[in-house]
Amino acid sequence: MTAIVHQPHHPTQTHAEVTRDVLATLSTPSRAYYMALFGAVAMFLIGLFTFVMLLKEGLGLAGYTPPVMWSVYITTFVFWIGIGHAGTLISAILFLFRSPWRTAVYRSTEAMTVFAVMTAALFPIIHIGRQWIFYWLLPYPNERWLWPNFKSPLIWDVFAITTYFTVSTTFLIVGLVPDVAAVRDKVSGWRKTIYKLFSLGWTGADSQWRHYSRGYLYLAALATPLVLSVHSVVSWDFAMSIIPGWHGTIFAPYFVAGAIYSGIGMVLTLLIPLRRVLKLEHMLTEYHFDNLAKLTLLTGSILFYAYAMEYFVAWYSGNTFEQTTFWRRAFGPMWWAGWSMIICNAFVSQLLWFRKIRTNLTSLFIISIFVNLGMWFERFVIIASSLSNDYLPYAWQTPAVTWADWGILIGSFGWFGMYFLLFARTFPVVAIQEIKEMIPYPRKHGGGH
Amino acid sequence: MAAKTVPGVLASFAHVDAAVEAISGLKARGFRDLTVYTASPNHEIEEVLDQPVSWVRLFTLIGGLTGVTAGFAMTIWMSNDWPLLVGGKPIAAIPPYVVLAFELTILYGSLCTVAGMIILSLVKSLKGRPFHPRFSDDLIGVFVPCSADQTPAVRELLTTAGSEEVTVHGA
Repeated sequence: MTAIVHQPHHPTQTHAEVTRDVLATLSTPSRAYYMALFGAVAMFLIGLFTFVMLLKEGLGLAGYTPPVMWSVYITTFVFWIGIGHAGTLISAILFLFRSPWRTAVYRSTEAMTVFAVMTAALFPIIHIGRQWIFYWLLPYPNERWLWPNFKSPLIWDVFAITTYFTVSTTFLIVGLVPDVAAVRDKVSGWRKTIYKLFSLGWTGADSQWRHYSRGYLYLAALATPLVLSVHSVVSWDFAMSIIPGWHGTIFAPYFVAGAIYSGIGMVLTLLIPLRRVLKLEHMLTEYHFDNLAKLTLLTGSILFYAYAMEYFVAWYSGNTFEQTTFWRRAFGPMWWAGWSMIICNAFVSQLLWFRKIRTNLTSLFIISIFVNLGMWFERFVIIASSLSNDYLPYAWQTPAVTWADWGILIGSFGWFGMYFLLFARTFPVVAIQEIKEMIPYPRKHGGGH
Repeated sequence: MAAKTVPGVLASFAHVDAAVEAISGLKARGFRDLTVYTASPNHEIEEVLDQPVSWVRLFTLIGGLTGVTAGFAMTIWMSNDWPLLVGGKPIAAIPPYVVLAFELTILYGSLCTVAGMIILSLVKSLKGRPFHPRFSDDLIGVFVPCSADQTPAVRELLTTAGSEEVTVHGA
């Protein structure tokens, strides 16, 4: 897992080789795969146990310390929603920009998006306390015929996340159909029956491609503003309030850049070991990782600017509460979280200016871990640290983090990892048909298209 | 119950220019109802088939418009159904409702697009038309529905164009 061999930008395999190589990822998994799956299931069980205890004992088990009534669970919710942004960025936005490097990586990032949003969606439910009445968030009236408050950003969030989950899942399934058909035509027995069912009668006939290609384009066009809106809406959960450290107009772009940054970080964390476990080294090359690293650098630099701007605005506003909040972020009781965020996100990402670092998988993997850590800390700082020093100094309190917080956090990684690993074993993690689209069919008379 | 086989000739091509030559030859002889199988979309084949742009866009438009209308209608009606002053805002405040209308535009637009893709793909029935598993791998398939008396000529045209294999169905 050191330096990657330079390979040409476009795939050099034939169509048959692409099918063969991608299908090989669905054959009997290696020991490393089973170990990873076992680890994920074990982590999920820790989370499940913690959740059962929360149901039984109540939210008192978690480290809620007034005035910090949004803490690790909401931090982790925003963290996972952010992770979900890289998938749609790569699959939809880069599709519209006709970026050729997205082809090999978009399927796995899209799956990551769906599973990350599935993970995130658990957190508001865990956090609300009386989990069995979570459906009160949905727009239906209660017995007094009262409707939800549509002026509340929390309701916007319900709509944004449900829409994002539905559209990302749809996009993933639609993209999978031709590939599932390719698998169907290569396997036999009960697997053929299952893949036949999921291929929805796909044959690759011109009458199907004609509507498919157009439909996929429109789905990408619809998903593009959606991906930018979702984290903006999440940011308004905070920015619409008047808590110092939250009430900022830069929150939407700041959150979107952070979400993409964290998403790409997670893509790197997942893809670097995955290419080895699934033997995809010749498909996921230097070219792809270099581009992912450049995207990390770009979004990391935007974050650097946003952090600087937040401090500047706090100082320039002349508002004592705002100034105190930012002073305490750096030098207060939670300084360790504040500095972890700045070092991991603003400074570590700047190492990616060096090509040698961008094309070395070991260094990229280490950086991706820093990105994940840094982005979790960023949300913890914004949420818990801002709440811990509200307008009333006598109420200031440093939040406690208990075993129930850690249990759910660990469980969320297990829940996410479990789905991702099962997906990688069941469906093609590299888009067969899009890779083939980049490889010209052979010509009888030679020459290119 | 197995679908009734559509009589015709199925040819497989390893070379795209050979397939394009065969398709243009068939079209010149008046064969319009061709079925061309490829593992991925191909511009040369799209050009020679010269099909009109898919109507899936209409589904997207209708879905999007329904979404935006539903978004505003739901929020405005529900607010007025039990009028409560919240945060000093009007009972039905448009700016916050734009967020919900936007989300529903995307949601309905996407779901209608997928519905359109499925419905329009079903318009042309592929039942009874032969298919070979290698068409989703590395070969291009061309199926020409034709009567028994047309079969020799079609077969000859496909072979001359450079087909790897030609089979007659439902004869």
